[in-house]
Amino acid sequence: MSSTTHSSAQYIKIFYILLALTVIEVGIVYLGLPKMLLAALLVIFAVWKAALVAMHFMHLKFEKRTLAVVALVPFVLCVFLILMLMPDIFPL
Amino acid sequence: MSEVAAAHLEAEPQEAPLTPESWGKLGMWLFLAGDAMSFGCLIVGYGILRHASSNWPVPKDVLGINLTAFMTFLLIVSSVWMVLALAAIQEGDKSRFNKFLGLTILGGAMFLGCQAYEWTHLLVHRLPELGISFSNSLFASTFFILTGFHGMHVTGGVIYNTSVLAAVNRGRYQAKHVEIAGLYWHFVDLVWILIFTFVYLL
Repeated sequence: MSSTTHSSAQYIKIFYILLALTVIEVGIVYLGLPKMLLAALLVIFAVWKAALVAMHFMHLKFEKRTLAVVALVPFVLCVFLILMLMPDIFPL
Repeated sequence: MSEVAAAHLEAEPQEAPLTPESWGKLGMWLFLAGDAMSFGCLIVGYGILRHASSNWPVPKDVLGINLTAFMTFLLIVSSVWMVLALAAIQEGDKSRFNKFLGLTILGGAMFLGCQAYEWTHLLVHRLPELGISFSNSLFASTFFILTGFHGMHVTGGVIYNTSVLAAVNRGRYQAKHVEIAGLYWHFVDLVWILIFTFVYLL
Protein backbone atom coordinates (compact mmCIF):
# COMPACT_ATOMS: atom_id res chain seq x y z
CA MET A 1 0.00 0.00 0.00
CA SER A 2 2.80 2.41 0.87
CA SER A 3 4.04 2.17 -2.69
CA THR A 4 0.89 3.87 -4.02
CA THR A 5 0.89 6.78 -1.55
CA HIS A 6 3.37 9.53 -2.28
CA SER A 7 4.83 11.85 0.28
CA SER A 8 3.32 15.30 0.57
CA ALA A 9 6.81 16.78 1.03
CA GLN A 10 7.73 15.59 -2.47
CA TYR A 11 4.61 17.26 -3.92
CA ILE A 12 5.47 20.54 -2.19
CA LYS A 13 9.00 20.34 -3.59
CA ILE A 14 7.64 19.91 -7.15
CA PHE A 15 5.30 22.84 -6.51
CA TYR A 16 8.24 25.12 -5.65
CA ILE A 17 10.15 24.01 -8.76
CA LEU A 18 7.07 24.73 -10.94
CA LEU A 19 6.65 28.10 -9.28
CA ALA A 20 10.31 29.01 -9.77
CA LEU A 21 10.21 27.98 -13.45
CA THR A 22 7.08 30.10 -14.00
CA VAL A 23 8.72 33.14 -12.39
CA ILE A 24 11.84 32.63 -14.54
CA GLU A 25 9.66 32.26 -17.68
CA VAL A 26 7.83 35.52 -17.05
CA GLY A 27 11.09 37.22 -16.05
CA ILE A 28 13.01 36.38 -19.23
CA VAL A 29 10.18 37.73 -21.41
CA TYR A 30 11.01 41.21 -20.08
CA LEU A 31 14.79 40.84 -20.56
CA GLY A 32 14.70 41.68 -24.26
CA LEU A 33 16.63 38.58 -25.37
CA PRO A 34 17.04 37.74 -29.10
CA LYS A 35 13.78 36.26 -30.43
CA MET A 36 15.09 32.78 -31.22
CA LEU A 37 16.94 32.42 -27.92
CA LEU A 38 13.85 33.53 -25.99
CA ALA A 39 11.65 31.08 -27.92
CA ALA A 40 14.08 28.20 -27.32
CA LEU A 41 14.30 28.95 -23.58
CA LEU A 42 10.52 29.29 -23.21
CA VAL A 43 9.85 25.99 -25.01
CA ILE A 44 12.43 24.20 -22.84
CA PHE A 45 10.88 25.59 -19.64
CA ALA A 46 7.33 24.77 -20.79
CA VAL A 47 8.19 21.17 -21.69
CA TRP A 48 10.13 20.81 -18.45
CA LYS A 49 7.12 22.01 -16.41
CA ALA A 50 4.67 19.83 -18.35
CA ALA A 51 6.94 16.81 -17.78
CA LEU A 52 7.13 17.52 -14.04
CA VAL A 53 3.31 17.63 -13.82
CA ALA A 54 2.91 14.41 -15.83
CA MET A 55 5.68 12.52 -14.00
CA HIS A 56 4.87 13.49 -10.43
CA PHE A 57 1.29 14.77 -10.14
CA MET A 58 -0.06 12.29 -12.70
CA HIS A 59 2.24 9.59 -11.27
CA LEU A 60 3.57 8.51 -14.66
CA LYS A 61 7.00 8.01 -13.07
CA PHE A 62 5.51 5.35 -10.80
CA GLU A 63 2.95 3.83 -13.17
CA LYS A 64 2.87 0.75 -15.34
CA ARG A 65 4.48 1.19 -18.73
CA THR A 66 1.18 0.70 -20.59
CA LEU A 67 -0.17 4.00 -19.27
CA ALA A 68 3.04 5.81 -20.21
CA VAL A 69 2.74 4.45 -23.74
CA VAL A 70 -0.84 5.75 -23.98
CA ALA A 71 0.36 9.14 -22.72
CA LEU A 72 3.18 9.24 -25.25
CA VAL A 73 1.01 8.54 -28.32
CA PRO A 74 -0.43 12.07 -28.77
CA PHE A 75 3.06 13.58 -28.57
CA VAL A 76 4.37 11.29 -31.29
CA LEU A 77 1.30 12.08 -33.42
CA CYS A 78 1.80 15.81 -32.89
CA VAL A 79 5.39 15.52 -34.08
CA PHE A 80 4.10 13.71 -37.20
CA LEU A 81 1.49 16.44 -37.66
CA ILE A 82 4.17 19.14 -37.58
CA LEU A 83 6.43 17.18 -39.95
CA MET A 84 3.59 16.60 -42.41
CA LEU A 85 2.74 20.30 -42.39
CA MET A 86 6.36 21.37 -42.91
CA PRO A 87 5.93 21.80 -46.71
CA ASP A 88 3.11 24.26 -46.00
CA ILE A 89 5.04 26.13 -43.32
CA PHE A 90 8.24 26.41 -45.35
CA PRO A 91 7.24 26.21 -49.05
CA LEU A 92 10.08 25.39 -51.44
CA MET B 1 -0.01 -12.11 4.21
CA SER B 2 3.07 -9.90 4.17
CA GLU B 3 4.91 -12.67 2.38
CA VAL B 4 2.25 -12.71 -0.30
CA ALA B 5 2.45 -8.94 -0.61
CA ALA B 6 6.23 -9.04 -0.89
CA ALA B 7 6.08 -11.76 -3.53
CA HIS B 8 3.48 -9.71 -5.37
CA LEU B 9 5.76 -6.68 -5.36
CA GLU B 10 8.70 -8.72 -6.57
CA ALA B 11 6.67 -10.36 -9.30
CA GLU B 12 5.60 -6.97 -10.61
CA PRO B 13 8.10 -5.72 -13.15
CA GLN B 14 7.11 -2.66 -15.21
CA GLU B 15 5.94 -4.88 -18.07
CA ALA B 16 3.25 -6.52 -15.91
CA PRO B 17 -0.19 -6.42 -17.55
CA LEU B 18 -2.68 -3.90 -16.24
CA THR B 19 -4.69 -5.18 -13.31
CA PRO B 20 -8.41 -4.36 -12.98
CA GLU B 21 -7.46 -1.60 -10.48
CA SER B 22 -5.82 0.27 -13.35
CA TRP B 23 -8.70 0.03 -15.82
CA GLY B 24 -10.31 3.27 -14.66
CA LYS B 25 -7.01 5.07 -14.99
CA LEU B 26 -6.45 3.52 -18.43
CA GLY B 27 -9.86 4.83 -19.53
CA MET B 28 -9.03 8.33 -18.36
CA TRP B 29 -5.59 8.18 -20.01
CA LEU B 30 -7.16 7.13 -23.31
CA PHE B 31 -9.59 10.04 -23.10
CA LEU B 32 -6.74 12.43 -22.22
CA ALA B 33 -4.66 11.15 -25.15
CA GLY B 34 -7.55 12.01 -27.49
CA ASP B 35 -8.04 15.33 -25.79
CA ALA B 36 -4.32 16.06 -26.09
CA MET B 37 -4.69 15.57 -29.85
CA SER B 38 -7.44 18.20 -29.91
CA PHE B 39 -5.23 20.65 -28.08
CA GLY B 40 -2.24 19.59 -30.16
CA CYS B 41 -4.09 20.34 -33.42
CA LEU B 42 -5.25 23.72 -32.12
CA ILE B 43 -1.75 24.68 -30.97
CA VAL B 44 -0.10 23.50 -34.20
CA GLY B 45 -2.77 25.35 -36.22
CA TYR B 46 -2.09 28.44 -34.13
CA GLY B 47 1.64 28.12 -34.80
CA ILE B 48 1.18 27.80 -38.57
CA LEU B 49 -1.21 30.78 -38.80
CA ARG B 50 1.12 32.86 -36.68
CA HIS B 51 4.16 31.87 -38.74
CA ALA B 52 2.34 32.76 -41.98
CA SER B 53 1.11 36.15 -40.75
CA SER B 54 3.13 39.27 -41.31
CA ASN B 55 1.31 41.53 -38.85
CA TRP B 56 1.08 39.38 -35.72
CA PRO B 57 1.13 41.60 -32.61
CA VAL B 58 3.60 40.91 -29.77
CA PRO B 59 1.29 39.03 -27.36
CA LYS B 60 2.58 40.66 -24.20
CA ASP B 61 1.80 44.13 -25.63
CA VAL B 62 -1.85 43.20 -26.08
CA LEU B 63 -2.54 40.67 -23.31
CA GLY B 64 -2.03 41.09 -19.58
CA ILE B 65 0.92 38.85 -18.71
CA ASN B 66 0.77 39.59 -14.98
CA LEU B 67 -2.85 38.50 -14.61
CA THR B 68 -2.25 35.30 -16.58
CA ALA B 69 0.93 34.58 -14.63
CA PHE B 70 -1.28 34.72 -11.55
CA MET B 71 -3.80 32.42 -13.29
CA THR B 72 -0.96 29.98 -14.00
CA PHE B 73 -0.04 30.15 -10.34
CA LEU B 74 -3.68 29.42 -9.40
CA LEU B 75 -3.82 26.27 -11.56
CA ILE B 76 -0.46 24.98 -10.29
CA VAL B 77 -1.50 25.53 -6.66
CA SER B 78 -4.83 23.90 -7.44
CA SER B 79 -2.99 20.89 -8.87
CA VAL B 80 -0.89 20.60 -5.70
CA TRP B 81 -4.05 20.77 -3.56
CA MET B 82 -5.49 17.96 -5.71
CA VAL B 83 -2.52 15.65 -5.03
CA LEU B 84 -2.66 16.55 -1.32
CA ALA B 85 -6.39 15.68 -1.35
CA LEU B 86 -5.54 12.32 -2.96
CA ALA B 87 -2.80 11.68 -0.38
CA ALA B 88 -5.30 12.53 2.39
CA ILE B 89 -7.99 10.12 1.21
CA GLN B 90 -5.41 7.38 0.61
CA GLU B 91 -4.48 7.76 4.27
CA GLY B 92 -8.20 7.73 5.18
CA ASP B 93 -8.22 11.32 6.46
CA LYS B 94 -11.66 12.49 5.30
CA SER B 95 -11.62 16.01 6.77
CA ARG B 96 -8.22 16.83 5.28
CA PHE B 97 -9.46 15.42 1.98
CA ASN B 98 -12.54 17.67 2.09
CA LYS B 99 -10.39 20.70 2.84
CA PHE B 100 -7.92 20.12 0.02
CA LEU B 101 -10.45 19.10 -2.65
CA GLY B 102 -12.54 22.13 -1.64
CA LEU B 103 -9.47 24.32 -2.16
CA THR B 104 -8.81 22.62 -5.51
CA ILE B 105 -12.34 23.50 -6.66
CA LEU B 106 -11.94 27.05 -5.33
CA GLY B 107 -8.68 27.45 -7.26
CA GLY B 108 -10.37 26.34 -10.48
CA ALA B 109 -13.32 28.67 -9.89
CA MET B 110 -10.95 31.59 -9.23
CA PHE B 111 -9.12 30.79 -12.47
CA LEU B 112 -12.43 30.99 -14.34
CA GLY B 113 -13.24 34.29 -12.63
CA CYS B 114 -9.89 35.74 -13.75
CA GLN B 115 -10.48 34.47 -17.28
CA ALA B 116 -13.95 36.00 -17.40
CA TYR B 117 -12.44 39.31 -16.28
CA GLU B 118 -9.62 39.00 -18.83
CA TRP B 119 -11.97 38.22 -21.75
CA THR B 120 -14.32 41.06 -20.79
CA HIS B 121 -11.45 43.51 -20.55
CA LEU B 122 -10.04 42.38 -23.91
CA LEU B 123 -13.37 42.40 -25.74
CA VAL B 124 -14.71 45.64 -24.31
CA HIS B 125 -11.55 47.76 -23.99
CA ARG B 126 -8.25 46.41 -25.27
CA LEU B 127 -9.12 44.94 -28.68
CA PRO B 128 -11.42 47.81 -29.83
CA GLU B 129 -8.57 50.22 -28.91
CA LEU B 130 -6.31 48.31 -31.27
CA GLY B 131 -9.01 48.02 -33.93
CA ILE B 132 -9.00 44.23 -33.96
CA SER B 133 -11.81 41.80 -33.19
CA PHE B 134 -12.59 38.10 -33.12
CA SER B 135 -13.67 38.21 -36.78
CA ASN B 136 -10.98 40.34 -38.42
CA SER B 137 -7.82 39.12 -36.68
CA LEU B 138 -6.20 35.69 -36.65
CA PHE B 139 -4.42 36.74 -33.48
CA ALA B 140 -7.73 37.36 -31.73
CA SER B 141 -9.59 34.34 -33.12
CA THR B 142 -6.82 31.82 -32.32
CA PHE B 143 -6.45 33.39 -28.88
CA PHE B 144 -10.14 33.05 -28.03
CA ILE B 145 -10.43 29.54 -29.46
CA LEU B 146 -7.40 28.22 -27.57
CA THR B 147 -8.13 29.89 -24.23
CA GLY B 148 -11.85 29.25 -24.64
CA PHE B 149 -11.39 25.54 -25.35
CA HIS B 150 -9.15 25.33 -22.31
CA GLY B 151 -11.58 27.38 -20.21
CA MET B 152 -14.34 24.90 -21.05
CA HIS B 153 -12.07 22.14 -19.78
CA VAL B 154 -11.52 24.01 -16.52
CA THR B 155 -15.30 24.49 -16.21
CA GLY B 156 -15.78 20.76 -16.76
CA GLY B 157 -13.04 20.03 -14.22
CA VAL B 158 -14.64 22.22 -11.55
CA ILE B 159 -17.98 20.42 -12.08
CA TYR B 160 -16.24 17.01 -12.12
CA ASN B 161 -14.28 17.71 -8.92
CA THR B 162 -17.39 19.03 -7.19
CA SER B 163 -19.32 15.88 -8.03
CA VAL B 164 -16.39 13.74 -6.83
CA LEU B 165 -16.35 15.67 -3.54
CA ALA B 166 -20.07 15.02 -3.12
CA ALA B 167 -19.82 11.34 -4.12
CA VAL B 168 -16.95 10.66 -1.68
CA ASN B 169 -18.91 12.23 1.15
CA ARG B 170 -21.94 10.10 0.30
CA GLY B 171 -19.66 7.06 0.39
CA ARG B 172 -20.03 6.16 -3.27
CA TYR B 173 -16.48 7.09 -4.37
CA GLN B 174 -13.15 5.94 -2.96
CA ALA B 175 -9.53 6.99 -3.38
CA LYS B 176 -9.26 5.39 -6.84
CA HIS B 177 -12.01 7.63 -8.19
CA VAL B 178 -10.25 10.68 -6.77
CA GLU B 179 -7.04 9.61 -8.50
CA ILE B 180 -8.85 9.42 -11.87
CA ALA B 181 -10.39 12.88 -11.36
CA GLY B 182 -6.91 14.09 -10.42
CA LEU B 183 -5.50 12.87 -13.75
CA TYR B 184 -8.02 15.04 -15.59
CA TRP B 185 -7.33 18.05 -13.40
CA HIS B 186 -3.53 17.81 -13.78
CA PHE B 187 -3.96 17.45 -17.54
CA VAL B 188 -5.88 20.74 -17.60
CA ASP B 189 -3.02 22.31 -15.62
CA LEU B 190 -0.45 20.81 -17.99
CA VAL B 191 -2.23 22.16 -21.07
CA TRP B 192 -2.46 25.61 -19.50
CA ILE B 193 1.32 25.58 -18.89
CA LEU B 194 1.78 25.08 -22.66
CA ILE B 195 -0.89 27.62 -23.67
CA PHE B 196 0.54 30.21 -21.27
CA THR B 197 3.96 29.79 -22.86
CA PHE B 198 2.92 29.62 -26.52
CA VAL B 199 0.07 32.13 -26.57
CA TYR B 200 1.07 34.67 -23.92
CA LEU B 201 4.85 34.59 -23.52
CA LEU B 202 6.27 33.57 -26.88
